[in-house]
Amino acid sequence: MSEALNDFAAYVNEARPGLVASSAIAYDELTLNTTPESLIALLTFLRDDVQARYVNLVDIAGVDWPKRARRFDVVYHLLSPSQNARIRVKVQCGEDEAVPSACAVYPGADWFEREAWDLYGILFTGHPDLRRILTDYGFEGHPLRKDFPLTGFVEVRYDDGAKRVVYEPVQLRQEFRNFDFLSPWEGTDYVLPGDEKAKV
Amino acid sequence: MTEHNVRNFNINFGPQHPAAHGVLRLVLELDGEIVERVDPHIGLLHRGTEKLIEAKTYLQALPYFDRLDYVAPMNQEHSYCLAVEKLLGIQVPIRGQLIRVLYSEIGRILSHLLNVTTQAMDVGALTPPLWGFEEREKLMVFYERASGARMHAAYFRPGGVHQDLPQDLVEDIGKWCDEFPRALQDIHGLITDNRIFKQRNVDIGVVSLEDAWAWGFSGVMVRGSGAKWDLRKSQPYECYADLDFDIAIGKNGDCYDRYLIRMFEMEQSCKIMKQCVDRLLGDAKTGPVSSIDGKVVPPKRGEMKRSMEALIHHFKLYTEGFHVPEGEVYAAVEAPKGEFGVYLVSDGTNKPYRCKIRAPGYAHLQAMDFLCRGHQLADVSAVLGSLDIVFGEVDR
Repeated sequence: MSEALNDFAAYVNEARPGLVASSAIAYDELTLNTTPESLIALLTFLRDDVQARYVNLVDIAGVDWPKRARRFDVVYHLLSPSQNARIRVKVQCGEDEAVPSACAVYPGADWFEREAWDLYGILFTGHPDLRRILTDYGFEGHPLRKDFPLTGFVEVRYDDGAKRVVYEPVQLRQEFRNFDFLSPWEGTDYVLPGDEKAKV
Repeated sequence: MTEHNVRNFNINFGPQHPAAHGVLRLVLELDGEIVERVDPHIGLLHRGTEKLIEAKTYLQALPYFDRLDYVAPMNQEHSYCLAVEKLLGIQVPIRGQLIRVLYSEIGRILSHLLNVTTQAMDVGALTPPLWGFEEREKLMVFYERASGARMHAAYFRPGGVHQDLPQDLVEDIGKWCDEFPRALQDIHGLITDNRIFKQRNVDIGVVSLEDAWAWGFSGVMVRGSGAKWDLRKSQPYECYADLDFDIAIGKNGDCYDRYLIRMFEMEQSCKIMKQCVDRLLGDAKTGPVSSIDGKVVPPKRGEMKRSMEALIHHFKLYTEGFHVPEGEVYAAVEAPKGEFGVYLVSDGTNKPYRCKIRAPGYAHLQAMDFLCRGHQLADVSAVLGSLDIVFGEVDR
């Protein structure tokens, strides 16, 4: 399985040198890392090449890594029904950078990109209609970013006096408690003083 | 007669329209009765599932999956469990696999029964849903007898299933499998050759295979257009490789073909269930239903009474939860509506770092504009019915 994936990664590198920055195979899945500049060329190649035929765009997902210099990963999952294979293409992008839209290659990318914009604030250049999709009309912020609080900022209720729905800053009766149960369950590696001598 | 300046007409379809299958708002631009443009507004049922999952342990995140496609809850859990198991590298014993397959197929019948009968309702028939819901009711009782809940089961767990099935439940499911083909024939008799149903569905919403792939379709939507593609056959998971069943593909890619495929799949699901029941009563009658890895699967009550280690495991698993090694995986199952996938990124702690839910309905719904353009207004509800949309999974 992973041999075939290795071969395919080598094949892409050979056919289109420079498009793939690096590749990795984990859990029998092939990941190609690329840059925003070569993304569209790579996707087009993967769609059209006879040995690839990744004609089905399965998913586009954003991932937020706030500690990184370019904090977002945009992850494309592609499926090739004729080769019966899956592939993952990853692009890194910063908060004020944009990724070219894949709508021209896969029409199905439309809503997935709108979702990534809505939830993460990742900009896609060349997208025909980059509106919010899942959140409320007039929503502010990008809720799936790691620095967006789980409880949010506003809450809605129906105001009987005003006869309409009103938005108010969220009020918590009790502060949100994040029970952090992380513990070194399997035991830590305590180095007892003097133990290091036993191994010598 | 002078030519008048005719303006296109905009109407709102939904969000409280019975044929919208939930809370969908469609903004339709009409030229007379011809649809010029469809703009679906979704997100009215958005609950932030993916954000919530990031704040929960792996086990606590599981029940959210029931609430996505609430018509076939266990199929969603299945995909999540497969993703976690892939990262952890644990195997499910055969009895656990058979129970999972059995309940996945129950979920498929639940979903298809709802879909084909409400599709008939969308085009004007009222009796089919009433007949279909009778069978659904029986299946939900099976859900309840296995997990205690009729819908939100939380029955599939990473490592296997929560509890073993009692023998009489397996026998009752077997009996149901013998009776169901007759109920299915009744529904066939009601809908399949119905003149109105055919007039409303044949040659409506035609999609070519090339378009289907490019728009990210999966499941019945690509099979209807002629793709020999079913994840249970082409990328088998669990014990689907050992089971004997067929898949149907359509010729025309219209709403009627998709309806026929769903009817055929129910028949096949029934066949798969029968095989699972036979094995659960035969060679896999006893044995564990979940992995025996004590670091992932909580111990049984009886063990806890006697074993200190089991008690510690129980306490730690229900407070801290298990840790999942760093990495990223994508796991998909053939859910009734198409390919339901989970892209899971783990940072090595007890909570998922990122859990992207790939819902089939999301990709299908975005093609509404593409599918309905040039059709009559009345066809919108027929196309929507055949897409098989459930808003729990579209809005997440």
